[in-house]
Amino acid sequence: MPINYILPEFEVERNDYRCIRCRVCERQCANGVHSYDPDGDIMLSDETKCVDCQRCVCLCPTHALKIKKNDAALRTNANWKQNTILEIYKQANTGGVLLSSMGNPEPFPVYWDKILINASQVTNPSIDPLREPMETRVFLGKKPHEITRDENGNINTELPPQVELQIPVMFSAMSYGSISYNAHKSLATAAEELGICYNTGEGGLHEDFYQYGKNTIVQVASGRFGVYKDYLEAGAAIEIKMGQGAKPGIGGHLPGTKVGADVSKTRMIPEGSDAISPAPHHDIYSIEDLRQLVFSLKEATDYKKPVIVKVAAVHNIAAIASGIARSGADIIAIDGFRGGTGAAPTRIRDNVGIPIELALAAVDKRLRDEGIRQNVSLVVGGSVRSASDVIKAIALGADACYIATSALLALGCHLCRTCQSGKCNWGIATQDPELVKRLNPETGKERLVNLLTAWKHEIKEMMGLMGINSIEALRGNRLMLRGVGLNEKELEILGISHAGE
Amino acid sequence: MKRVYVNEEWCLGCHLCEYNCAFSNSGIKDMVKALKGKKITPRIHVEDDGKIHYAVSCRHCEDPLCIKGCISGALSKDENGVVAIDHDKCVGCLTCMLLCPYGSITTDENETVLKCELCMQNGGIPACVQGCPNRAIVFEEVEE
Amino acid sequence: MKYVIIGNGPAAVSCVDGIRSVDNEGSITILSKEAHPAYFRPLISYYLEGKSKEENIYCRRADFYQKNHVETVLGEAVAIDKENRIVALNSGENIAYDRLCICSGSSPFVPPMKGLETVEKKFTFLTIDDSFALEQAVDKNSRVLIIGAGLIGLKCAEGLRDRAGKVTVCDLAPRVLSSILDDECAMVVQKHLENCGIAFSLANTADHFNGNTAYMKDGSVIDFDVLVLALGVRPNIGLFKDAGGECDRAIIVGNDMKTSIDDIYAAGDCVEQYDISFGNKRIMALLPNANIGGYTAGVNMAGGKALFDNAVPMNSIGFWGLHIMTAGSYANDGSAQMTEIKDESGIKRFFIKDHKLNGFMIIGDVKSAGIFTNLLRNQTDLSDMDFEALIKSPNLLPFGENYRRKTLRGVV
Repeated sequence: MPINYILPEFEVERNDYRCIRCRVCERQCANGVHSYDPDGDIMLSDETKCVDCQRCVCLCPTHALKIKKNDAALRTNANWKQNTILEIYKQANTGGVLLSSMGNPEPFPVYWDKILINASQVTNPSIDPLREPMETRVFLGKKPHEITRDENGNINTELPPQVELQIPVMFSAMSYGSISYNAHKSLATAAEELGICYNTGEGGLHEDFYQYGKNTIVQVASGRFGVYKDYLEAGAAIEIKMGQGAKPGIGGHLPGTKVGADVSKTRMIPEGSDAISPAPHHDIYSIEDLRQLVFSLKEATDYKKPVIVKVAAVHNIAAIASGIARSGADIIAIDGFRGGTGAAPTRIRDNVGIPIELALAAVDKRLRDEGIRQNVSLVVGGSVRSASDVIKAIALGADACYIATSALLALGCHLCRTCQSGKCNWGIATQDPELVKRLNPETGKERLVNLLTAWKHEIKEMMGLMGINSIEALRGNRLMLRGVGLNEKELEILGISHAGE
Repeated sequence: MKRVYVNEEWCLGCHLCEYNCAFSNSGIKDMVKALKGKKITPRIHVEDDGKIHYAVSCRHCEDPLCIKGCISGALSKDENGVVAIDHDKCVGCLTCMLLCPYGSITTDENETVLKCELCMQNGGIPACVQGCPNRAIVFEEVEE
Repeated sequence: MKYVIIGNGPAAVSCVDGIRSVDNEGSITILSKEAHPAYFRPLISYYLEGKSKEENIYCRRADFYQKNHVETVLGEAVAIDKENRIVALNSGENIAYDRLCICSGSSPFVPPMKGLETVEKKFTFLTIDDSFALEQAVDKNSRVLIIGAGLIGLKCAEGLRDRAGKVTVCDLAPRVLSSILDDECAMVVQKHLENCGIAFSLANTADHFNGNTAYMKDGSVIDFDVLVLALGVRPNIGLFKDAGGECDRAIIVGNDMKTSIDDIYAAGDCVEQYDISFGNKRIMALLPNANIGGYTAGVNMAGGKALFDNAVPMNSIGFWGLHIMTAGSYANDGSAQMTEIKDESGIKRFFIKDHKLNGFMIIGDVKSAGIFTNLLRNQTDLSDMDFEALIKSPNLLPFGENYRRKTLRGVV
């Protein structure tokens, strides 16, 4: 056997006094970390297999388990960090591209955390959301440039198609395939109850979920999986996916092993075949080409559905967004570099793209400068972690936010970042029926509804303290924001003043 | 009446219900103290073939055969419909075990007959239901 | 409506329950020979053993008779006048009925034995009074001889072991529990009982007695202080037979517990009814059947509709930790196919006829045996079932998801 160069990342600490040998940990670990030795009546752990998903910890009835970072360490080196070295070992072992999941974990600046929110004092009264109505509803879609009247002088009220959301948050794209049936069902049913939308991702729409159509955004991606007339007509809006924050510029790859009967039917591809999404759309090489697809989709759905174009936040995002706003799209979705994924090459996830906060500020400013801001609504995602992130995004100019990692956390994800293994112990990023059933969609729905209900309360509280009673009045209201610890350039891009100014 | 029902679809086969049952019926406040080093004899058990799992406990039948067969009058239905056992009367003949179509009656190491009494003595919400991580076991009213 | 029940055992009180489930008005009279409320007869050995307290042997709560408006009459019925619907008592009293249920049970069978009259302390073992009497008669030095190694004899032996100095059981049959076990299983039980301190003398019985000495068929001699005669029981059917009712070894009833005489029903140890495992009418003098039969009779007497159409013989007995469960028929006539498992946990034998379970015998690992009783009582077709897996580990897996959804997710 060759030498194993790779240190176990984690350590299983079992409090032997507390352990009652119920073996729940053993039964619940799809990675096979725990085992029972009847001869010695002891529980054993194979820590090389542990991914720190915390499933065993959460289910241990006597709280006998802890998963700790293994402190077995290589000699400290500020340049050659332990992880850098281990990645070299891994590649030397396999010759392969390193794969990772979920969002960029590297210590890049999180601008949300360097922005503070204003509050009313004395001269501008704050509002108590428990006593006074607060409007959190938003409409996404193209808005008219000016008020027009008919021959009788009445205001024209006909608008281009809109997506109505009860709170300015949606569940962003996660395909059936990358996540489980039960995860999808949780998202769909929660979206319905919350009066918001979830997003099919590029995996098509399972036949069971057509009933949630008015709360569904159907995605058309480069692989065009599962796209046909009924699919396009099923949703509240259609999203063209040009790029994804976690892996801008590359396609996707769902291995054939995850393409079971149901996934195959939904994606309309043969069972067991790899589902490959090309890096580009092979029919889109310009804004004009994009415009053709936008209008093809509008034509196919009788101009009744808003069309979203989703792009990753990259260097020239403002110019790209300007192009999209002129393509006929109704909504632009921008996905920042901390956005999650079910699998991406590590190097790409950790080194490509830009922070969503900067992309959003730049895009909003550019569209306003060009007088085309009302052509489109802006939806931003890529690590929106809390109600205050939502407030900050809206004040920076967003119409709504996309959340996915937060939603998965609500469903039980512990961010172990090994979705690519397909052995998600929480029943989320897996197609193994034994694991899928671990997520009861009833529970999943309730937890998602709870999360966003809590956020809604917080959003209202924060609106109230700013003296704002309608979320529309917060949009682009950058005076409500101040930066801390940011340099001139960052403040300039964000379009906000420094705290104290 | 409210009974314990099992959603096979959601059972993970984790067997936590068995341990929560044994703990709840131990009369001891700490689970470790109650179960450490002991062979548990829960009133609910999980049946499993690796793919299918589900828990089985007393169905509290409308017309319970176990009561019909009980030779000592130890088994009876209380006013709430709960099939209860009076350990002072039980002689351990196990006729109830011979009659229960679901295999819901068991014994402990002292041959005391054990069956689910819906945790009536333990606060009223069955421990198996409370501890089930996936709502595979529920306590509710079902239409007949 | 006037209901009269002869006898006051489990079948009789279940009959009251059955009547009252339909008719709350009619009068109910119970005629009883024993001056006790209905008690669970099988508990008489547990009483001796100290597992059952006297106050815990009764079938119903103390207020049962009052609550159900039941009049109890202590006395023995001596004749039934079916034309005029009258039951005559030994006291001379006549009791009129509209519907009559005979739950007269059975009596110990004692064949004529030479010298039996010379034995001072001799008992049968069928009533609680027998237990009270034995309790007085037996002490730590008593040598007890029990004639009969059937259910009654062995349970008596178990009840007396810790009270007596020595307990010996003899039987003309070559094995214990000869009516329900085969040779091999009987040997397991016998060995266990011997290990627990019971002595046996099988294929051998008392030929004659002289005082406290039994002279055995094989020429040996057993000295004893207390003699228990447990040679079996005979159903109490004289009354019904004299009235011209149809009897075989017991009163013949249908699935509705009706006898051949109009408005007369019968239930419990005194009846013979259709046994689905044997395929003919048989006596199945067992408590569950008495309860179900009595209730069925009561419902039908009161004008309701009930059937007891899945009666099978079944027994669950245990002696000091060894459990034995049997049900149905396991006739060794080649008509049924046997599947068995033998290991350190015991013996399990299943008899299958026409793809249906016809009977079984389990010694030792009796866990979840009710799953088999259920298959037997419902005559479930086993063709599509993995029966081999089921006998290894009795559970609901082979029954399929639909069955489980119905039983575990619904009201049963």
